[in-house]
Amino acid sequence: MTAHFSAENRARAEALVALYPQSRSALVPLCHLAQAQDGWLCAEAMEEIAELCGTTPAEVYGTATFYDMLHTERVGRHVIAICTNIACLLAGAYELVEHAERRLGVRCGQTTEDGEFTLEEAECLAGCDAAPCVQVNHRFVAAGDAASFDALVDELAKGRRRQEVPRHGVLCRIERTVGLPGSEASPRRQARS
Amino acid sequence: MSAVRNRAGDAVVHLTIDGTAVEATPGELLIDAAERAGVFLPRFCYHPRLDPVGMCRMCLVEVSGPRGFTLQPACMLSVAEGLEVRTASDKARKAQQGVLEFLLINHPLDCPVCDKGGECPLQDQAFSHGPGESRFTEEKRHWAKPIEIGPRVLLDRERCIQCGRCTRFAAEVAGEAMIDLAFRSDGIEVAPFPGKPFDSYFSGNTIQICPVGALTSPAYRFKSRPWDLEQVETTCTTCAVGCRVVAQSSAGRLVRYLGVDSDPVNQSWLCDKGRYGFEAVHSAHRLTTPTVEKGEVHQPVTWHEALDAAAAALRDARERGGPDAVGILGGARLSNEDAYAWAKLAKSVLGTDSVDAQLDDGLPAAAVLGLPHATIDQAAAASVVVTLTGDLREELPVLFLRLRRAALDGVRIVECSTAATALTPYAAHRLAYLPGEIARLAGALVGATRAHPTGVDDEALAAARTLMHSLDGGGEGLVVVVGRPSLAESGETVAEAAHAIWRAYPNARFLPALRRANVHGALDMGLAPGLLPGRVTLEAGRDALSAAWGELPAKPGRDGRAILQATVDNEISTLILLGCDPLGDCPDRELARAAIEQARFVIFVGTHHTGASALSQVVLPVAGDGERGGTTTNCEGRVSRLAAKVLPPGIAWPAWTVAGELAKRFGASLGFEGVDQISSEIARLAPAYRGVDTALLGHPEHRDGVVVPLAAVPVDIGGRRPRPIDPIATPGILSVEDQGSPLELGAAQPAGAAGDVAPGWPPATAVPLVTFSPPDGAAPADEPAAGAYRLVVRRTLYERGTLVAESPSLAQLVPEPAVFVHPAALKELRVAPGSTVTVRSARDSLQLPIALDDSLPAGVALLVANLVPSEGRGASALVDASRPATDVWLEKV
Ligand code: SF4
Ligand code: SF4
Ligand code: FES
Ligand code: FES
Repeated sequence: MTAHFSAENRARAEALVALYPQSRSALVPLCHLAQAQDGWLCAEAMEEIAELCGTTPAEVYGTATFYDMLHTERVGRHVIAICTNIACLLAGAYELVEHAERRLGVRCGQTTEDGEFTLEEAECLAGCDAAPCVQVNHRFVAAGDAASFDALVDELAKGRRRQEVPRHGVLCRIERTVGLPGSEASPRRQARS
Repeated sequence: MSAVRNRAGDAVVHLTIDGTAVEATPGELLIDAAERAGVFLPRFCYHPRLDPVGMCRMCLVEVSGPRGFTLQPACMLSVAEGLEVRTASDKARKAQQGVLEFLLINHPLDCPVCDKGGECPLQDQAFSHGPGESRFTEEKRHWAKPIEIGPRVLLDRERCIQCGRCTRFAAEVAGEAMIDLAFRSDGIEVAPFPGKPFDSYFSGNTIQICPVGALTSPAYRFKSRPWDLEQVETTCTTCAVGCRVVAQSSAGRLVRYLGVDSDPVNQSWLCDKGRYGFEAVHSAHRLTTPTVEKGEVHQPVTWHEALDAAAAALRDARERGGPDAVGILGGARLSNEDAYAWAKLAKSVLGTDSVDAQLDDGLPAAAVLGLPHATIDQAAAASVVVTLTGDLREELPVLFLRLRRAALDGVRIVECSTAATALTPYAAHRLAYLPGEIARLAGALVGATRAHPTGVDDEALAAARTLMHSLDGGGEGLVVVVGRPSLAESGETVAEAAHAIWRAYPNARFLPALRRANVHGALDMGLAPGLLPGRVTLEAGRDALSAAWGELPAKPGRDGRAILQATVDNEISTLILLGCDPLGDCPDRELARAAIEQARFVIFVGTHHTGASALSQVVLPVAGDGERGGTTTNCEGRVSRLAAKVLPPGIAWPAWTVAGELAKRFGASLGFEGVDQISSEIARLAPAYRGVDTALLGHPEHRDGVVVPLAAVPVDIGGRRPRPIDPIATPGILSVEDQGSPLELGAAQPAGAAGDVAPGWPPATAVPLVTFSPPDGAAPADEPAAGAYRLVVRRTLYERGTLVAESPSLAQLVPEPAVFVHPAALKELRVAPGSTVTVRSARDSLQLPIALDDSLPAGVALLVANLVPSEGRGASALVDASRPATDVWLEKV
């Protein structure tokens, strides 16, 4: 098998596997790692994860497709998620979704042609106090109305929010609790510094 | 748990189910305990051969606990002392109805166009445990139907109830999770990895156990309705595992095979080759009428004319060259009765002992018959299993499943194999050796020799030896599975290896693992030189048998290879081919081709047109799988019954009838008029088969067959466990029975009273059975020549044999030939994987793409046998079977 993880990430992956008595347990963390590297889970990554976890690609695929935060199809550089659960719905989430769809020219679940934006609906993100709640690459952003949404999209497109909104990567919890080799270089640390 | 015991002294647990006191074994699942007590709980995900998961909630019952009665899934709950269970209370019924209503929300209810309709657990349980009406009026989910998730599996996602039986089978039993439940909520679906079809050798089992019509097979789809099916229980005669199956037919054609839960053998599973191989029965290439070569063409003739022509040729051969001028090859696909009739014709009427069911593609017959045998159950319960075989998943697939499970349950496997096999991940140790070195490896393994076998890793050998030392001195608990690891490695060296282990561990037992369906039965029936029916030698059995058979050949005849060689040398002029095609079956193609060309007359007795039938002068069509009664013997020596379900095509006859009619043309009578008469004669005259008659085999306790020789004192051979009554485990079997076509075992009547486990148990026989001692000093293989690679010729499941080629479900699965080498060889040759190389031996050369297998020792080249039609040149063209091992040279093209 040709390695898909970069050498650095392969080392992190092996460290992750070593954390658990059963290597399968590392499956979801490894999916996050692959996603931090590529933005999504390509077939090669899932195959390498299967090999690392001692399972099969079908089981990695089965698990990955269960979770909304794991993408088995290519997504845009920025994944914009709008919560449409009750608090946000009451605060105008659907209007915001419609606006977003018009603005980006894609429907929920789709990616813009330039590969910049993917639009998603999300379930409650625990940001009900700032409803309607919006995330970009799993980071909260303030974009609750059409005007601030448009401003957000403009700035993202110009790359102005790099500090606030890093590339894909959802490893923060694992890094926080156990640390990973090379964590300094991780998106989260970069974002903080 | 406090040790409560019943009168027999076994620990028991007492519980109450619906007010009735029930005894259960500690640890038993409630759903099983209830079933034994006659309370069948509704279920979907639970399958008696899979781990319970509690996914469907259909088996909810009320169970007493500290907080009063609560609903719990019976398939996840182990029985406990004093447990009180209510399975049909209002609360339990309501829960079950609720679950069913939920399951039906997204179910399309397209029963009229669903294969499962009429045998569907969802239909049945909706009727018995459902609410009768649904409150769901919204739109159901819609999917494209059906999609192909593998070459033999169609999935209708609308019908799937997400029970996970198919995915759990793939992961737990087959050990290859090529499918899993993907996505979530109402988007959930069974899915292979994108771009990787579900092409497991065992994929058909998922269709068999799917409790709804979500999984269907292209072979059976829309072929029949359960109420139009008839069925018999019989034995799969595709390989030598001998899985128990029901063969189902509709309008006189076989349409489906389902695995029967035979505890000692296949535990309800089948491989896809066995499951779909029946398609070959109805192929357009079946021989339907006798033909005789006239001029350049074969012309259909009457049986009378064909038999006269065959008899004339045989008479002519005997007149010119004596009885030894006749050679008979093949017969490993016949039933025991057919094989017995042909052995009797050969040895008592034609007077030739040059008869061999093997074409140099197995092991010396004396080794197969003369080593103390193990059953599959014994192998699965051994402490150490040593394998001297090829890849069992390719050769005896369900035996692989049993050994894989055994390994997971703690059996330690020492695998002696040049290349990694499907069993390697489960083996405690793999000892890779250079072909030709297996006997030396076995000697080193048991500590009999100090000489270090070439190619074997020191550390692995030391570790395996430590494991062997953990056995007691006699080797109690050691089972050796012995087959033919490579067709380019002589059977004699493998037999010698087995014998080395036996010498060191006299209490070891051996499970022969030859591949062809009834090769073990054919050898038992005397279709081998120097042997008579019932595992006795010509010498030992002569006196006892000649009273019934008449004069027997004076001395042992030639084996398969020698028959071919003698034909080339003009010492044998006439060949009878019993369903075999030497061009495809014999590892030494050059020898086989020369022999067929040289023979004056070839008589082909078989089921299909093959390369060999085309080269024969007389072709006699006979009944095949699903068309004949009788018995067959599997690798353990288990004799089980065959049942006919359909008629042979055209005017084909049972093979034993052909032997009988030929005998008549020599003024002799074989002395039987029906299969049952042959069975009784075998039970009377064949020492190892003493007492194994239709009455014994028809006894309900012997549904799974009996292992021969019957022990003087009945021993537990498995198979007495009553078949599970769970109609949902394999939905297609019981529903057909329910339609009034009972599962029949032929005409046999139960003999002896119920509980009499040994009706007609035989007295000890006076004739000693053969024991194996290898001819000493079999020439060891030389060192490989300079620059040469040692050749390994492996088998694969879907080889281009008649059965696969004639079964539409399987024919397209034959892999492309390639030569496999260790990555180091690529560097040496300076070629890229996939590029074409010339593989040259002293015999012939082939051009093949090169591929990598890093489990191979350097200096080994691996080819797969029979990937080209028998008229073409395949791996066997390279093999020189007169040598213990074959060397090849690789060259860049
Ligand atoms: S396809 Fe059949 S066996 Fe597999 S999960 Fe669906 S219902 Fe169960
Ligand atoms: S393992 Fe052998 S006997 Fe069993 S189903 Fe497959 S071919 Fe038939
Ligand atoms: S409902 Fe939208 S964040 Fe909670
Ligand atoms: S939950 Fe018990 S049978 Fe499915």
